[in-house]
Order: sequence, then structure tokens, then C-alpha cells
Amino acid sequence: MYPEYMSESIKKVEQTRPQRLELAKKHGKNVFPGMGEQERADILAKFHPDYKDDALRELRIGPNKGDKIINEVVDVMESYPRDYPETFDLNKVDMETDILIIGAGSAGLSAAIEASESDAGVLLITKLRLGDSNSMMAQGGIQAADQADDNPILHYLDVIGGGHFDNKPELVDALVMDAAPSIKWLEEMGVMFDKNEDGSMMVKSGGGTCRNRMHSTRDYTGAGICRVLRDEVYNRPEKIKCIEYSAATELILDEKGQCAGAIIYHLESKQYSIVKAKTVIIATGGFGRLHVRGFETTNHYGATADGLVMGYRAGAKMMFMDSVQYHPTGAVFPEQIVGFLCTEKIRGLGAQPVNKDGELFVYPLEPRDIEASAFIKECESNMGITTPSGLKGIWLDSPLIEELSGEGTIEKNLPAMLRQFQRFDIDIRKYPMLVFPTLHYQNGGLEIEANAETTIPGLYVAGEASGGIHGRNRLMGNSQLDIIVFGRRAGRNAAAKVKEGIKLGKLSLQHVTDYIKEVDGLEIDKKHISPIVLPDYIPDHVKAKQLSSEFQGTLF
Amino acid sequence: MEIKVEMIDVYIGGELFQVPKGSTIIMAMEYAGFQLKKGIGCREGYCGACATVYREKGDYKLKGGLACQTVVTDGMTIAMIPFVPAEKPLYNLNDLTPDVGTFTKLFPSVFRCVSCNTCTKACPQDIEVMDYVQALIRGDIARAADISFDCIRCGLCALRCPAEIVQYNAGILARRLYGKYLAKNSPELDERLKELEEGKFDKEIEELKKMPDDKLSEKYYSREIKIS
Repeated sequence: MYPEYMSESIKKVEQTRPQRLELAKKHGKNVFPGMGEQERADILAKFHPDYKDDALRELRIGPNKGDKIINEVVDVMESYPRDYPETFDLNKVDMETDILIIGAGSAGLSAAIEASESDAGVLLITKLRLGDSNSMMAQGGIQAADQADDNPILHYLDVIGGGHFDNKPELVDALVMDAAPSIKWLEEMGVMFDKNEDGSMMVKSGGGTCRNRMHSTRDYTGAGICRVLRDEVYNRPEKIKCIEYSAATELILDEKGQCAGAIIYHLESKQYSIVKAKTVIIATGGFGRLHVRGFETTNHYGATADGLVMGYRAGAKMMFMDSVQYHPTGAVFPEQIVGFLCTEKIRGLGAQPVNKDGELFVYPLEPRDIEASAFIKECESNMGITTPSGLKGIWLDSPLIEELSGEGTIEKNLPAMLRQFQRFDIDIRKYPMLVFPTLHYQNGGLEIEANAETTIPGLYVAGEASGGIHGRNRLMGNSQLDIIVFGRRAGRNAAAKVKEGIKLGKLSLQHVTDYIKEVDGLEIDKKHISPIVLPDYIPDHVKAKQLSSEFQGTLF
Repeated sequence: MEIKVEMIDVYIGGELFQVPKGSTIIMAMEYAGFQLKKGIGCREGYCGACATVYREKGDYKLKGGLACQTVVTDGMTIAMIPFVPAEKPLYNLNDLTPDVGTFTKLFPSVFRCVSCNTCTKACPQDIEVMDYVQALIRGDIARAADISFDCIRCGLCALRCPAEIVQYNAGILARRLYGKYLAKNSPELDERLKELEEGKFDKEIEELKKMPDDKLSEKYYSREIKIS
């Protein structure tokens, strides 16, 4: 339950609710004027965390040397590898496969399923369990322009406008044109999309969409998709070999510079294995657990940018690593779930963001970076609510949903959200939710072409680890879409390449040796090690006594 | 505002630790110095990786919950269950029919249900697990799919079931059968697929891809917004 001192502010929200309800009934989502181009630019410059003076710094190593990118990403790039190349005897290969897929969220799983349709052998590895990923956690939806009043052209405009026109056009093309076929592919595999009586899709709007295009499976959209893909992978053990609790720590190239496998590390037994592969697909997800600028995150425990680090060290270029997506609505209360994602669907269903006086201050469905900046502005202008632990937030007036659409709407459409807050004695049907932007998504990543391949022959990237699709800002529901679209493309194209015939030369870690030399020149503390594999939340006073030299993934 | 942290006793794997009051089980374990490699995933109640059983002080009941969602209480004894051994029959969805016969063949254990409701009591998602098992026995795939929808596959139901049913694996099959065979087709989706195949949008997309930013921006900001 909310502490007593917040009740005055909650009362104000209740007082303004009837008025705001009328507004919504009359104008739909247009309860507050949307921002134009100039207004958007101004609020981003003044309030978005990416635009703060110290958010970025120059990267001194690798293909993006000289670029100003996010501090925390520079940290993992300007780091030593977990183990030195001379530790490994590359003549002793432990496993051999046609296609090695690193990461088992929906991108990796889709790639595996698609690749297994060919004769190629697939090895899928993940450092946690199959399916434990950001994909599984997505709530709100997946975009696809399949309605009569919608089309891929409008979807294209939304994607590229939301991304501030920086997106790689051929990737946006692939995303929007593959969208409807992806929905069909998922449905054929048994994904239960929310539908009306006649079989038509129930679609909602999302931030920055000009049509209702958001498909969902209640508010478990990510799980609704990912668990089906996982079940399908389980059903194909002959074609897809899975290894869990094993992290890839370095890519292996051959002497000709083709991608040729990876070093993998078993977390429990601490054994390293050398995997030789004709093609490699990185599907390792994003970087939320780097806690950029100290932000809380909605991300999975394993979101530590491992794939980004491995790919970069092997010579793949990054794109848009100067931008972070802060989801506007992360929980700031109760304490136990700070950072927890409160899906955009809540606003899609009609909940309005209001300040401590219960006043509207922003159009509820601006693109995420704009909406987040508006929330930060409101809090910095002292119009937010402070939690007992000193965090600030604004109200997301969820009870309005039931006033708009009737009793039971929240239970039916937001069961996960309702349950989550009920666990801590807050009924979101009766009380608003206290929210603040939370670190949600890595907008950029390793640059790919429309076939999901990088500049390194045989190295593919799919999902959040890739860059270019969303420019500097992704819209809701387009990540669930891109993991399927590019996961499938990566799987299919890797399989086609294997079929064409790949001749690998001598395996090599020379790129790591060279990288170390460069890091040596930066005078970095040798304790800076990456990929970090797992984050570390052990408190300092305990840490001070953990004196073994074993690094389990902690950067510092 | 200075915050005073009150400490409480918890027993992790039988061993006593003092941890801050209000911590979830995972926060408590990390505070105690454990770096978790198994039995941990999304930390937000979606992935089901952190099934845990526990007893509270003075309570005879063995309870189950998600470690990332369960708040520790003073004197609580905790045992994490990072993995549940369970059978998962292999199938090709294309070869199946959405009826009771499929379950007789693939999940005969479902029919051993003794209606004890232990599974329902064990479910941290408050799913009426027994009800969906019963729906499967009646061949009501749609109902089983609906009831089991919020399952996150933590495995606590199967762990407690005296009839050795692996409920969650039967649940995902029910949902997949529903999604593939029982849900009505979307006519709009089929129409759009046809249009895409005919290349209806190809030319316009190519034009957009070549369009300079200022033109594109103009087009973007002037597009009609029709949402509800």
C-alpha cells in the first residue's frame, strides 16, 4: 500500500479524474496536445539522459574508435578479455556445428527453428535457461500492419519518424514488409493472439503509431510468443542441439577473417570449450544490466551486452551506441519492484500520466524518448511525487481504464500487471501507479544488412544486439517484431550460406591478441574484464571479503 | 531523509543470514553474498526460473513462490529449486488434432488427476491449475488454453502433484493447439498477405527508402493519425 503521506496527492488525482474521463470520451487519446518537431527537439535536448554533458565519451579502441558513445559501453569495450588467447589450443576443437546460435530469447529461438528447416546442424547456447530473456518479459505487443486501414508504408513512416530518420532504410523495409508474414508464422506455430469473435485481430495503438497496429497475447505478449518458440525448439532435438548455462566469451575467426566459432564457458563447472562453426548468429540481447547512468532497468539478469563486446572485438562495427531507450513507465514504488516495466499498453488502454496535482502535462502516447523526457521534466520541476527511499515519479492513472472501458478490463487485458502490484497490496484498478523512466532498451548495436549479416563473413546478428533498425529510438511493439523478422532472416541466411559451402581455414584468436595490445595502450586497470556475463549485486561489505581471484562477471 | 534498515533472520539452504527487511528472496540471497547462476532469470516474475520453496516461522506449511517476487519474513527457511525434472513428450504440431485423443496419447498422466487441487495451491501465478487439467480430461482445449494462459513454467505444480502430472507441459500444448487450430483466422491478415505477395507496396517502399530526410519528415509529420 502507498504510504500515508501520498494520500493527499492521490486524492487530487481522484478529483481530476471525472474531468479527464470526459476529455478522453470526447477526444480519445488526444487529451493533451502532441509535440511538434521543434518541441520534441527541445525537450530531448533539455531532459533526455542521453543529452546530458557527461552521458557520452570518446571510444579509444576498435572499429568505432573516435565515436562518442555511452560511457558504460565504453567501459566494457575498453576492457581486457576474460581469458588470454594463448590459454586456448585451437587445434583441439570440442564441438563442431554448421550454425552456432548464441542466445535463446525469441531471436535465437526463431533463428534456430528457421535454420533447422534446412539440412544444417544447429547448436544453440545460452548462459541461463532456454527462453529466459528480455523477449519473455515483453508485455504490450508486437506491431504488424495487417488491418484494412493500415499498411506497411504507414508502418515504415512511424518506424523511421520515431527513430528520428536515422534508421537504416533497408532494415526498416525488411521489418515492416516481413511483419504480417511473421504474425502468420507465429500463429501457425500456435501463438494465441488476442482476437475478436470473428477472428479479426484485437489491435491497440502504441506510442508513435498512427494506426492501431499492436497485436498482443494479453499482457504476456513476449511470453506468449517466446514460450511457443521454445516448445518448438524442444520438439526438434534431432536438428537443434541446446546447451544451457554456458556463455560465449569470445568469437573465433579463421585466418581469412571469416567467423568460425566461439569460446564457450560453462558457468557451473567453469570449463571452457572450443566450438567450431561455419556460421555464428549473435542473439544475445541488450545491455540493461550495465545500469547506464545508474538507472534501474526492466531488463533480464543476463542483459550484459556480451554479444556486443564479442562482435566488436572481432571487428564488427556498432551503430547508434550513443542512444539508450528509457521506458517512460518503470515502477518506482513499491521498493521491491523499482525499475519494473509497466507496459505501454496501460496507456494504450487509456491510462493517463498526471503530476502530483492530478494534472495532465503530456500527450500520453508520444514516442518513448519524448514521453520519458516529459516525465523527467515534470519531476525536475518539482511536480512529481517522492518515494520513501527518495526516488521521484509521476502518477499513471490506471483506474481510468475501467471507467472508460468497464469493470474487468484490467483483469482481462493486464493480468500480469494487476498481479504484480497486488503482490504488494496495491490494487491498480483503484489506485494509480507511481512511475518514472527506466532503462529499457539498447537502441543501437552491431550493424547488420537486411540479410542480418555483419561485415564479418559468416557472422550474423539478430535482435537487440543488432543496430540500425530503430535508429535512435524504438517504438513499442517493434522489438517483438524485429526479433522474429531478423531472427528468421539470420537463421535462413546462415543455413543458405552453409549450403553454398564454406571452407574454414585455420582457427584464430589473433583479433583478441591485437585487441589486448590496443587495450594495453589505454592504461586500463587489468581488473576491467568483459564480457561481464552476469551482473553483480553483492553489497560492498560482503564484496570486500570475497578475496578469491575468480571473476564471475564483475567489471569492477 | 535517512532510511534505517531493519535486519531480519532468514535461513538460506538451512544456514542463518541477516538480511534487510522488505527484501525479496533474491535480494536477500545477494545481500548474503550469493551470486546466482541458476534459479534466476528476469527478476520480474515473467520467466519462472526462480521457483523456491520455503517455510515461515511457526507455520507448518511448505509454501512455494518465485524468489524474485516473494518478500522474506523473519525466521523464513528457503530452498531454491533451479530446475524441475519433468518429462516433455516430443511432437510435431502439424500432425496433431485439437482434441482429447492428443492428450491421451501424449499426456496420459493428465488422466490420473485425483482432483486434490494441490497444483492450484502451489501456483505462484494464482492459476486454477487443477481446473485446466480437468478441462483437458474433458477435451475442452479452449478452456484449458484460457485458464493456463498466465503460466510461466516455474514447475511448482508438477513438483507437488501426487499424480505425477507435468501440468505446464500439457498447458503449453493446449495453448498451441488452440492458437493453431481453434482460433478463427483473421481475414484482414490473410488479405494483407495476399497483397504483399502481389507486391502491392513494393514500389512505394522503394520510393520511401530513397527519399531525403526533409521530404520524409514532412510526410511523417503530416500523416493522418487514426487511433482509438
